[in-house]
Amino acid sequence: MADGFGGKEKCSDQRLVSLPLSRIRVIMKSSPEVSSINQEALVLTAKATELFVQYLATYSYKHGSGKEKKALIYSDLSNTAEESETFQFLADILPKKILASKYLKMLKEEKGEGEEDEEEEEEEDEEDDESEDEEAES
Amino acid sequence: MAERPEDLNLPNAVITRIIKEALPDGVNISKEARSAISRAASVFVLYATSCANNFAMKGKRKTLNAGDVLSAMEEMEFQRFISPLKEALDAYRREQKGKKEASEQKKKDKDKRIDSEEQDKSREDDNDEDDERMEEEEQNDEEVDN
Repeated sequence: MADGFGGKEKCSDQRLVSLPLSRIRVIMKSSPEVSSINQEALVLTAKATELFVQYLATYSYKHGSGKEKKALIYSDLSNTAEESETFQFLADILPKKILASKYLKMLKEEKGEGEEDEEEEEEEDEEDDESEDEEAES
Repeated sequence: MAERPEDLNLPNAVITRIIKEALPDGVNISKEARSAISRAASVFVLYATSCANNFAMKGKRKTLNAGDVLSAMEEMEFQRFISPLKEALDAYRREQKGKKEASEQKKKDKDKRIDSEEQDKSREDDNDEDDERMEEEEQNDEEVDN
């Protein structure tokens, strides 16, 4: 597959890094306090990200729900984010999904407490995609 | 610089490949799981960058370097990455050194070629100069002897 993004590290036969350095750099530079990044730091960050992807995938698969062992599914990842200290920093972006009925119940309870969070709206959006809709109906 | 949302994401194809290579054969990855891992990877880059930058600032440097990234991994409790990262760094440095030497060699070869071309062109002039110089030296020698 032709990957048009520049900056891939090409080194003899084995690629040192598969992720495109140019893209990694864009993400790094989006961090406000960062002024400049030495090339070695860029290569290491790209490599570390690869290691991270491998680690997150294998960890989530290993600790994932027994029923879906032939596949890695979203809930495996959100469980990891919630339960593992190492992956805690992902908790906000990998929230757990809840049943629509539970969500509505929560809404009712929180109505009494006052402020509504935007987060709840986000959860609602995610549920639209999910099979949880089926469960909610029954 | 305004970043479009997709600029902060990593290419799906590469992410998918990395995941597939890490998991046992025959295991599938749901589209949602893959997308989640991709987002997680972007967040990881940000977190690592921010952490590494703290080390740079502590060292009163404005440029993030390799050491800062390694320190960040330690801080983030990804010590397991440190050893493979060090290996990757060594390999990268060797490669850079090789590239540098290769390009210096090319330059030397190129200079040599240019020099010899110039010599061919101006050989007659040089010969005249050399002759003059040799005559002067002989004269000097004679004077010294006396």
